[in-house]
Formats: sequence, C-alpha cells, structure tokens
Amino acid sequence: MKTEALSRGIVLEKKKSEWRSYELVGFWALRLTLVLVLLILGVIVFDIVSKGAGVINWEFLTQPPRVGMTEGGIFPAIVGTFYVTMITIAFAVPLGVGAAIYLNEYAVQGKFTRLVRMSVRNLAGVPSIVFGLFGMAIFVKIFGFGPSLIAAGFTLGLLTLPVTVTASEEALRTVPKAYREGSFALGATRWQVVRTVVLPRAIPGILTGTILGLARAAGETAPILATGAAFFLPHLPDSIRSQFMALPYHLFIMSTQHHAISQVRPIAYGTALVLLALVCLLNLAAVLLRKRYRDRVAKGL
Amino acid sequence: MKMMQTNSNVTLEETRVQEDPKPESTKLETDVENEYCEVKVENLNFFYGSVQALFNVTIKVQEKGVAALIGPSGCGKSTFLRVLNRMNDLIPGTRLEGKVSIHGENIYTPNTDVVNLRKKVGMVFQHPNPFPKSIFDNIAYGPRIDGLKDKIMLSEIVETSLQGAALWNEVKDRLNEPALALSGGQQQRLCIARALAVKPRILLMDEPTSAIDPIATQKIEDLIRDLCANYTIIIVTHNMQQAARISDHTGFFLQGEMVEWGKTSSLFTNPEDQRTEDYITGRFG
Ligand SMILES: Nc1ncnc2c1ncn2[C@@H]1O[C@H](COP(=O)(O)OP(=O)(O)O)[C@@H](O)[C@H]1O
Ligand SMILES: [Mg+2]
Repeated sequence: MKTEALSRGIVLEKKKSEWRSYELVGFWALRLTLVLVLLILGVIVFDIVSKGAGVINWEFLTQPPRVGMTEGGIFPAIVGTFYVTMITIAFAVPLGVGAAIYLNEYAVQGKFTRLVRMSVRNLAGVPSIVFGLFGMAIFVKIFGFGPSLIAAGFTLGLLTLPVTVTASEEALRTVPKAYREGSFALGATRWQVVRTVVLPRAIPGILTGTILGLARAAGETAPILATGAAFFLPHLPDSIRSQFMALPYHLFIMSTQHHAISQVRPIAYGTALVLLALVCLLNLAAVLLRKRYRDRVAKGL
Repeated sequence: MKMMQTNSNVTLEETRVQEDPKPESTKLETDVENEYCEVKVENLNFFYGSVQALFNVTIKVQEKGVAALIGPSGCGKSTFLRVLNRMNDLIPGTRLEGKVSIHGENIYTPNTDVVNLRKKVGMVFQHPNPFPKSIFDNIAYGPRIDGLKDKIMLSEIVETSLQGAALWNEVKDRLNEPALALSGGQQQRLCIARALAVKPRILLMDEPTSAIDPIATQKIEDLIRDLCANYTIIIVTHNMQQAARISDHTGFFLQGEMVEWGKTSSLFTNPEDQRTEDYITGRFG
C-alpha cells in the first residue's frame, strides 16, 4: 500500500519536473525570439549610423545636392518632407478625427457603422503603391493638381487615414460613459458633451495615434513617387502646386537610380540616418505626449 | 411570468381604449386636470428593445419634498428615474408608451426641448462622477455651457451652489484643485452642487449613497432634507431605512410594476399590498 502510494508520488514528481523543463525550454525560446528581434533592429540601426554618421555635418543638412548629386547636402529633401508632412496633417487630422467623432459619438451603431469601420481597417492593409496609383488618378489627374506637394500630401493623408480614424476612435472610446452622462444630465447638447468633456480627454490619445501614423507616412516612397516627388530640383518648392524632393525618395534614388551608385553610397546612408532620426523623433514625441497625458490623468485634471 | 403577460395585455387594451377618443379628450384632459403636479406619470410602459422594463406605472408627485423609490435590484427604479429627464433617450432601441408630464407639460412630445428639460430636472448618479477638472470648473460647467462667461457671476454661482450642497466650508480654499482629489462623499456632494448650479426644480438621485461610507451618507441625507424645502427630490434607494428616514412619499417597485405608492409613514407601517408588506418585513429582496 505504502510503496504504491510512494511510487505514485514519485511518478507525479517526475511529471512535474518534466513539465518544469518544458516550461523552461519554452521560456528560453520566447526569450530568444525577443533577443533576435532586438538584434535585427540593432544591426540595422548600427549599420545605418556607422555608415551614415560620417557624412552628416552642417553642410549636409543645409545645402542642396551639387555636381550631379554626388556632393553637397540634402536640404531640399528635408524641406520637402517637412512640407508634405504638414499637408498630410492638414488633410488627415481633421478628416480622420471628424470621422471618428461621427462614428463614435453621433452615428447610430449598427450595420452601417460596422461596415464603415471594417472598410477603414481594411484600408490599412492596402499596399502603399496602390495609394500612390489612386492619388495619381484622383488628385493629380481628376482634381488637376498635377504632380505637386498637395497631391502627394493628400495621398499620404489617405494612407494615414485608417490609423488616424482607428486611433481616434479608440481614444474616444476610453472616455468613461459616466462623464458623458454627467454632462448630458446638466443639459449639454451632444456637441457640447463632445467638445467640453470627451475631446479634452481624448485629444492626447488622438495625437499619439496620429503622430505614429505620420511617422509612417513620412517614410513612404511609393505614394509620392507618381504624385509629386522629384528626382532633383534646383530650387525649393514655392507653392503647394510645386513638385518637391523628399527624404525617402531621395534615398531610393541614391541607392538604386543614381549613375554612380557606389560613389554616392555615403550620401545614401546619411539620408537614411536623417530619415531614421526624423521618424524616431516623431515616435519619441508620441511617447512623451502619452506620458504627459498619463500624468495628467493621475492628477485628475 | 404569467402575471407579466396578462399585465401587458391589459396595458395594450387600455392604451387602445384611450387612443380611440383622443381628439376631444386630450384637450379636455388638460383643461380639466389643471391641478398642478411636479411630476405626473400615467400608464407608463417602457421597453429596452423588445424587453419591457416598466409596466403601466402611474404616479403623481404633487408638491415639493422627497419621494423615495424602493424595490429589489433590477426592478426598474433607475429606468423609471431616467424616464423623467429622458436620459434613456441615449440608449438606442428604447421605447415608451404612456404620458409623462413635469410641471403640467408633457415631456415626450416631438417638440420637447430635451436640453431644457434636463436643466430643469437635474440628476445625481450612483457613482460620483465629477469631471476630471477643478472643483470650480465642475460647478461652473452647467452655467458655462449655458453661455455664462462673466467671472464674478460664475464665482457667485459656484459659492452658492457649494453652500447649497454643504460643501463650501470644506473646499473654499482649494477651488482650483482637481475634483477627483476629494473623498467619495465630498465628490457626491460636489455632484449635487454641480446639479444645483443649473438651478433645477427637480432633483433625481439614483442611489446616491450606495457607493460611500456611513458618515458621508449621513451628511448627504441631512443635505437632502435641507434641499427638499426648495426642490422636489426623487431618490432611488435600495436601503429601506434610508427611505423611511428621509422621504415624505415612497413608491415600491417590483418587477417593473409600481406596486404601491403613498405617504412614507403609512406605507411602512400599514402597507396595502401583500407584496409591499413582504418586502418591507424582509421576506424577500
Ligand atoms: N441599457 C439597458 N439595456 C437593456 N436592458 C436594460 C438596460 N438597463 C436596464 N435594463 C434592464 O431593465 C431592468 C430594470 O433595470 P434597472 O432600471 O436598472 O433596475 P434597478 O435600478 O431597479 O436596479 C433590468 O431587468 C435590466 O436588466
Ligand atoms: Mg439602479
């Protein structure tokens, strides 16, 4: 009797330890994947920084390319990316936030809103070259903007719309129902509820989501390829109807289309580093904003 | 279940009977029944989609004072309360039959101004829900959305409202601090002050003390007794002792029906309905 119980105990023990070793293996496998991901990221960043840092100086950041783009800087590309991003913001933020407010605060939830949401989400999966093609057809041709800052900005705006709408909706949804009810009960109209209670609470979340969307748009090449980005321009764009140079496109040219590719490799790496820094900066802004928002919530203001 | 069914049948018939002679009778009604009522609800049926939550509720609150609504949870007390300021409008798929008048005015007509109604009929919720703003901004919220910008007038309203809610002395030196830094009981009095700032005539309270401690509850009960000289207060509570302590009239709800409505003293000492007696003697619920 006793030995039987004992041996059963031993079997159990054995099973347990077997389990533990399984768990250990699994745990280490997961840890390995994490290390791998970090490693890949590290290698990419290291490669770009080590090869690009050398060319970055004041001249590189403030001068236009010279001598058939084999010398000089990338100033026009920085300016172009800045301008086109501004237009993207002007287009995507009001439209995206407005749509999110309508969907979340006004529309009667049902088949229609579900359909709209699903469409918006699916839009996020459309390849960016398709957006580029669409932008060329609509903004460049039908609207007659021609290849320009505005056509490219709108196209990038369309590209970020799914992110903006989804992030905004999420931010709106996190505003507690109790605030809305409290406001309604004091005789607020729906717009007053949105303006005075919901938006102040949701704006930080909306902003972070939007910035992340912009960070992605700022680095895109395909959508601006056919809608306004130029290979080389001797002067800066002077209106929203001008063509422009942009960092990602410049990088693309310098690494694949240039007549002396190996000679301009350092410039390509420099451009990549600037672009990377820009995107990191935008992401950092999003993180800081979120932190400030969390602090504010913790303080109850 | 069977009881409910027969009940809804009766309701349907009654509505039909009422609807037939409508053209002459509506006018007559308003003329004849000119008696002044704070709140008058007649044959109210309320539906969440296809689920009926209130059955043929009729009630008259004729003068200022405190009316308490008691009953086991899920019996429709909150639903009923939210009928009175049309908060249920915010829930999609709700539907209502019957007549609800406040100060002699039907509040469920196509041209009822719901925003105005809610300014006249304030509401305090079960869980204190101050906005994540300063104490001052919370109280000034209602007047501000009404378009008041004058700083001095706003300050005056904030002070009188906070005094009205017996909170002024505790917060007068920290009006710019977040309202969420207050204790639960203080937050609830802040919500009462916030409602008072809109100058309502009726105050609806949905279990205002169920989420706060006994001492804070005591303060709010005292406050309710003070306020009822100037406001009509309708309070939902599942605490019978509280109803007995603070109300002048009490209504007992059961499964969406108003079983009994009468003076608090008589309802608790001499209930007419067997079910009321069972409830207040603690036989169920
Ligand atoms: N938003 C809603 N949608 C559907 N049914 C609801 C909703 N709110 C309440 N009910 C139902 O209506 C009935 C009455 O609820 P309620 O008025 O909250 O009761 P009480 O306040 O007395 O506890 C319950 O059966 C509840 O499930
Ligand atoms: Mg309730």
